[in-house]
Amino acid sequence: MSAIFFLIGCSVLMALIFLVAFFWANKSGQHEDTYTPSVRILFDDELRGDVSHSDREDQDPAPDSVK
Amino acid sequence: MDDQIKIQSKLTCYHCGDKVQTSVYTIDEKSFCCLGCQSVYQILNDNGMHHYYRYNQYPGKSQRNKAADFHYLDEEAIAAKLLDFKNEEITIITFYIPGIHCSSCIWLLEHLYKLNPAVLQSRTDFMKKQVSITFKHEELSLRQLVDLLVDIGYEPKITLQDVVKAGKKLHQKDLIAKIAVAGFCFGNSMMLSFPEYFGMGAFEQKYSAFFGWMNLGFGLPVLLYSGTDYFRSAWQSLKQKQLNLDVPLALGIAVLFIRTAWEVISGTGPGFADTLCGLVFFLLIGKWVQQKTYYHISFERDYRSYFPVAVTVINDVGERAVPIADLKVGDRILIRNNEIIPADSILLKGQASIDFSFVTGESLPVSKVLGEVIYAGGRQTTEAIEMEVVKPVSQSYLTRLWNNDNFKVHDKKFRTFSNTVSRYFTIVLLTIALSATAFWLSNGDSGRAWGAFTAVLIIACPCALALTSPFTLSAALAVFDRNHFYVKNTASVEQMAAIDTMVFDKTGTISSPTVSQMNFYGALDDRDRQLVASVCRNSSHPLSREIVKWLDIQDVPALSAYSEMAGKGLKARVGDAEVWVGSAEFTGNHHLQKGELSGSQVFIVIDGEQKGFFSLEQPWREGLTNVIDHFKEGNELHLISGDQDKGKDSLRMIFPAKSKLLFNQMPQEKLEFIRDLQYEGKEVCMFGDGLNDAGALKQADLGIAVSDDINNFSPGCDAILDGRAFVKLPRFFNFAKDAMKVIHMSFAISLTYNVVGLSFAVQGTMSPLFAAILMPLSTVTIIAFTSITTNLFASKNGLK
Repeated sequence: MSAIFFLIGCSVLMALIFLVAFFWANKSGQHEDTYTPSVRILFDDELRGDVSHSDREDQDPAPDSVK
Repeated sequence: MDDQIKIQSKLTCYHCGDKVQTSVYTIDEKSFCCLGCQSVYQILNDNGMHHYYRYNQYPGKSQRNKAADFHYLDEEAIAAKLLDFKNEEITIITFYIPGIHCSSCIWLLEHLYKLNPAVLQSRTDFMKKQVSITFKHEELSLRQLVDLLVDIGYEPKITLQDVVKAGKKLHQKDLIAKIAVAGFCFGNSMMLSFPEYFGMGAFEQKYSAFFGWMNLGFGLPVLLYSGTDYFRSAWQSLKQKQLNLDVPLALGIAVLFIRTAWEVISGTGPGFADTLCGLVFFLLIGKWVQQKTYYHISFERDYRSYFPVAVTVINDVGERAVPIADLKVGDRILIRNNEIIPADSILLKGQASIDFSFVTGESLPVSKVLGEVIYAGGRQTTEAIEMEVVKPVSQSYLTRLWNNDNFKVHDKKFRTFSNTVSRYFTIVLLTIALSATAFWLSNGDSGRAWGAFTAVLIIACPCALALTSPFTLSAALAVFDRNHFYVKNTASVEQMAAIDTMVFDKTGTISSPTVSQMNFYGALDDRDRQLVASVCRNSSHPLSREIVKWLDIQDVPALSAYSEMAGKGLKARVGDAEVWVGSAEFTGNHHLQKGELSGSQVFIVIDGEQKGFFSLEQPWREGLTNVIDHFKEGNELHLISGDQDKGKDSLRMIFPAKSKLLFNQMPQEKLEFIRDLQYEGKEVCMFGDGLNDAGALKQADLGIAVSDDINNFSPGCDAILDGRAFVKLPRFFNFAKDAMKVIHMSFAISLTYNVVGLSFAVQGTMSPLFAAILMPLSTVTIIAFTSITTNLFASKNGLK
């Protein structure tokens, strides 16, 4: 039954790792801007060819403008 | 479908979506409303960045308003104050750009490096409307960078107040870290407490002590790190001989820990570590919810955020940009078109036509003559003028308000409901705890006495009570937010419910500055209309533009001669007709003295014949009569205006008979008027919009700034009301009162929980399991109850 000491030790250690990870994320400012990255990820990487006027209508609607 | 798009693009600007008035600005079969929009398109198109127009239709903002002059950025000393970081190679700077409004904006601003390779990286923060740019200053100066941004239609707003960066953000980060620690300990200690709650077999008893010690270990960081704010706040409040809600909370936390430590060390029980961690965790979440504020709105603005960073001073050497704080009396300054006058000065040279909209809310420019003193805060709308400073910036007509002593000392103190209740709560709580102890001691059962004393303080710890206000009021804030009413903090909502006196400013507050009504008094036939439209189209004066819009004529005859006298009017020849458009004096209406007519008039003379005049009048905001009618019940209403008493008669009809209507009031007088009302014991709410209301807004118990563009300047206040939501004002105030009802109801609920818990606690028979269930249960009940009822009341009041 002494395995329980080992298991509890492991679980607390795991939790500690997550806590430290959270601290790191908090300190590096990952929680400061929670909106812009969600838009940024939808941009195309590179411009592809010429975009004519009517082309605009064919595109998938981009994230709606936010007031 | 294709035709449809073409028709559409013919009528609206491809860049900003505004109506296109002329067909002058057309390239690539795309129409633009103005040269500004067209050149932005050209720059982007030339650099292969027309992706910008793909993410959203009409992603741009109108470029009709010319950008400010950024020549002062070449001054090393001024620029240095704005930078975030600089080394030999790179510079990092963060700009606030009010124009950011859609995903195209983010895309363009993050691809600046395509326009100029000297830009290494640019990061947009959409919510804060900020862009952080890293660039090589050897290849691109700060001024050039700003000019680049202006060229693509994203003019940064650089103000002195941005230079003073607030350290408020740090505090919020600290709180989040505390929540994380408390949450971590809460989860772990709960896991370790379960065996105890479910009951352990005899052979497992040896683990009990181990679990106890582990729990105690998790309790320590919660006590020493997460919970420290409560001890500090309780101590502060005791020092001021007050009892706020943090006193019983701190007492509860301390007792929880002491009893847990005692039970674990003496081996008499499992302790309450999970309750302790949970309590602090929930409390901190309540605090966090309460502190959440708006990213994009600043409520603390003063004149510095509105005034320019620097101004051009002319001396023997030439022109030089000088920070406005260094401006001295006697300096000769140059104010270009669209620049703001930073200090009270005398006009020396040029035609001044000053827009005082930020000061008074009146957006029509006022003409000034040479030798006249012009107060700071006005914006020059025509040619460059030269002026001599007569008062330093801090002592000007408007700004000295901020240096006024009673303005600084004044601190809003509002006793919130929970503060009022907590005094009695703490006293009653201590009485019960001590009498329970005394009872058991007199029975000679000292063990039970200790148990009862600690149990009372633990179970009655007002956790649910402490959460009612934050959760109700922040739900209310969210409702206001959805309805375009932005309240600074939760205490302001409580203050709103207590208001019994309302004071309105006139221009820009109850009259609408953006919607101006053009009326024509006289007669114009079709030919006359065409002639006037043809002449006015050539002028950039706001009144001319209004006239063109009003006439709404597409085909106009060409001009053969045209001249514009700034501040006076236009003279033009169209075909064989001679057209004069301008002020009464200019058009020979000398008999009409200034005061005789209100508003701004433009007279029309065609071939020497008086045709009549246009008059631009600001109408009252939509629904003003309704709003006043609603507020009449139970509120005292007053009007205080810095303007002349035009429109007094119609206001007399709208406002109830008892209300005072005051005109020609100085900013200081407005402030004093509010203070006098407060001395009478009134809870005063002030509605204002301009810098001249700033003092009154701050003095009032609740200052509400009315603004048509919330990203634009508004003076320091407790709440910002979007002009569109003006009609909803009575509903907002009713809803604030309802929110207080919700708080009272949930107080009753949490007190019921406390009474139930106490009945066990006084007997000294409370088990840790009981506490572990009761505490989260009451918390969840309160959170659910407040959120649901607050939103129910919102829909009852017809709010989204």
